Amino acid sequence: MGEQDKILNEVTQSEYKYGFVTEIETDIIEKGLNEDVIRLISEKKNEPEFMLNFRLEAFRKWEKMKMPDWAYLKIPPIDFQAISYYAAPVKKPKYNSLDEVDPELIETFNKLGIPIEEQKQLAGVAVDVVMDSVSVKTTFKETLAEKGIIFCSFSDAVQEHPELVKKFLGQAVPVADNYFAALNSAVFSDGSFCYIPKGVRCPMELSTYFRINAANTGQFERTLIVADDDSYVSYLEGCTAPMRDDNQLHAAVVEIIALDRAEVKYSTVQNWYPGDKNGKGGIYNFVTKRGVCRGVSSKISWTQVETGSAITWKYPSCILLGDNSVGEFNSVAVTNNFQQADTGSKMIHIGKNTKSTIVSKGISAGKSDNSYRGLVKVMPGAINSRNFSQCDSLLLNDTCGAHTFPYIEVMNKSSIVEHEATTSKIGEDQIFYCNQRGIDTEKAIGMIVNGYAKEVLNKLPMEFAVEAQKLLQISLEGSVG
Amino acid sequence: MLSIKNLYVSVDGQEILKGINLEINPGEIHAIMGPNGSGKSTLANVLAGKEEYEVTSGEITYMGEDLLEKSPEDRAREGLFLSFQYPVEIPGVPMVNFLKAAVNEHRKYKGEKELTAGEFLKMMREKMELVDMHPNLTNRSVNEGFSGGEKKKNEIFQMALLEPKLAIMDETDSGLDIDALKTVANGVNALRSPENSTIVVTHYQRLLDYIVPDFVHVLYKGKIVKSAGKELAFELEEKGYDWIKQENDN
Repeated sequence: MGEQDKILNEVTQSEYKYGFVTEIETDIIEKGLNEDVIRLISEKKNEPEFMLNFRLEAFRKWEKMKMPDWAYLKIPPIDFQAISYYAAPVKKPKYNSLDEVDPELIETFNKLGIPIEEQKQLAGVAVDVVMDSVSVKTTFKETLAEKGIIFCSFSDAVQEHPELVKKFLGQAVPVADNYFAALNSAVFSDGSFCYIPKGVRCPMELSTYFRINAANTGQFERTLIVADDDSYVSYLEGCTAPMRDDNQLHAAVVEIIALDRAEVKYSTVQNWYPGDKNGKGGIYNFVTKRGVCRGVSSKISWTQVETGSAITWKYPSCILLGDNSVGEFNSVAVTNNFQQADTGSKMIHIGKNTKSTIVSKGISAGKSDNSYRGLVKVMPGAINSRNFSQCDSLLLNDTCGAHTFPYIEVMNKSSIVEHEATTSKIGEDQIFYCNQRGIDTEKAIGMIVNGYAKEVLNKLPMEFAVEAQKLLQISLEGSVG
Repeated sequence: MLSIKNLYVSVDGQEILKGINLEINPGEIHAIMGPNGSGKSTLANVLAGKEEYEVTSGEITYMGEDLLEKSPEDRAREGLFLSFQYPVEIPGVPMVNFLKAAVNEHRKYKGEKELTAGEFLKMMREKMELVDMHPNLTNRSVNEGFSGGEKKKNEIFQMALLEPKLAIMDETDSGLDIDALKTVANGVNALRSPENSTIVVTHYQRLLDYIVPDFVHVLYKGKIVKSAGKELAFELEEKGYDWIKQENDN
C-alpha cells in the first residue's frame, strides 16, 4: 500500500466529529405504525381535519406500496413497526430571549458550531431550528412579518395559516408519489413552512438546521415553500446528527411552489451521521425534494452538498410547468468508508422554452459507492426547451465506486439536450506537488477536492459556502482532505 | 548543506542511481548534466521525497539531519524546493489560495505567525515583479491554462515566495524560448545569497550561460562520472556526450 493510500486511509477513517447525544427530556410515543398512531400524531398536534385526512390517505396508500429496489443501494431490511413515529422535546420553549432556553440545548448548538446568538446578528440569517421534530426557536419572525413573509414551523403554519397549507400541501409531491414520500405524508411530525407574498424579495437568507436527537426515532420532516408571483427567496438547510449505533430512518419531503416570475434558491448542506469506519450505524436518508415551476418565467434552483448518511436516496427535481421557466440542480456528493449514495435530479420539461441545468460532482473514498441518477424528460409540448447536464466523478482510491445512470427522454424535435460525463482518480502528482510546497497530504486532498467541487460551492450563499468547504474537509478527514 | 553518500535508488525494481556521492556547501551552485535517461530527474525527485523512488542504500544528510527520514512536506518546510520539470495543474484551486497555504505552512512550521490575506497579497506583489509574473496568472487555477513558459516562471515565482535554502531546478530550461530563459535565470540569480545553494539539473549548457555554476557534474548510467568547474559545461556543449559514454562504456 502506497504512502498516499495510507494517509487516505487514516484520514478517511477518522471518527465522525459531531457524534454526541444531548440529554433533553423527550416525549416519545409507542413504537409501531397503524391508523391509531396516525390519529394520535394528528391529535397531539391539534390538527384540523384536512390534515388528518391527508395523513390517513397517505397511510392507506403506503400500506399497499413496496419499498423501491431500483437504486444502486444495498438497503438492509427496515422494520417500520420498530420505529417510534413521534418525539417532541417536552420543554417546548416559546422564548423571546436565549437566556430562557434550556442551557443544554445551547451547549448542543455550540458543539455543532451553530452559535444562534451570533447568527441572530450576523449576515441577516433568520434561523428556524428543528430539534428532533418540533421547532424550538424561531428568530427574525417579526422582521419577516413586516414584509408579509411567513416563516415558521410546519405545525404553527397548520394552526395559523391552514388555508395556505391546505392549498399547497402535496402539490409538488402528491401523497402517494413514492414509498417514502407516502410514509412521510402519513407521519410527518414537523418541519418548516415559508410563504413569500406577491412582489416581495425576502431580505435575508432563510435557514433551518435539522438534527436527529432521540434514539430509535425516525425523523420525518416536511418543508413547504411557496413563492407567490414576482417574489424571491433563498432558503438554506443544513444538518448534523449525533453518533449512535442504531440505524436511523430519515424520510423528509421538501416541496417548493414557484408562481409567475418567482425565484426560489434552495441550498442544503447535509451531514447526517454516516456510520463508523466499519459501516456500522449511520442514517438512512430517503428524501423527496421537488419543486414545481408553476408560473411563467419562474425559477427553482437546488444546490446540495451531501457528505453524510449511511445511505442517501435523493433526487431534488424540478417540474417546469410554466412557459420559460428554469430549473437548476448543483450537487456535490461525498461518500466515504461504507457509505452509499444514489442521488441526482429529475428535470421534467412541460412548458415551452423551458431550460434546465444539472451539475453533479461525485467524490468517492474508502469502500463507498456513489451513483448519479438523473432523468431529463422533455414533453411534446415543451418546444424549444434546453437541458445541459454535466456529471463528474472523482475517485480517491481503488476500492470505491462511481456510477452514472442518466435517463433522457425527448419528445419533440425543437429541444436540445446535452449530457457530459467524466470520471477521474485524484492525481498523486497533484498531491506530491502540494507536498513539495509544504502542504501535507490531508490538506492537499482537501484543496484538490474543493477545487473540483468549486463550480457547485460557488452557487451556495457566501456564509454557507465556507461551512460547506469545512464539511468537505472534515468528511475527507473522514476521507476527503 | 547537502551531503549525498553512496546513494542507490530503484524505481519499480529497476536500479536507476548506482552510488551517487555529492557535497554541496552554502552559497554554491551545482549543475548536474548528462544524457537522457542518466538519472538526473530521479536524483531531483529523490531529494524532494517522491514516493515511488525507493532508496535501497546510501544516505542523504541535509542541514545536518537525515533527509530520508522526513516527509516531503517537512523537507519543503525546511527549505528544500523543487522546481518541477512538468508543473502540475490543479483545476479549481486559485494560485493565490495555493500559495497562501504554502507560505503559511512554512511559517507555522517555523513557529512564525501566519500571514493575513492582506499581508500575503503585499508580499506576493513584491515577488511578482522579481520574476516578471503577470498579475492575472495568480487569479487563475494552479498552472491551469498556463503556457510552458508561464508554468516555469510560476515555479520561480513560488521559489521567490518560499525562499528556499536549497533549490533544485529540474530541467527548468526545457521548452523555454530565449527570453523566458533569461527571465527565469534572472529570477534565480536575484534570489542567490551566500547562505543558499542551488542544484541545476539540465541537459543543455545554454541555461548555464545565465546561471553560472561553481561545479558541473556529469551523470551517466546512474553515476557521477565527471566533476569539474564551469568549463566542463562548455566542453560538453562542444563535444556532446559521446566521449563521456565512450570513456565509461569501455
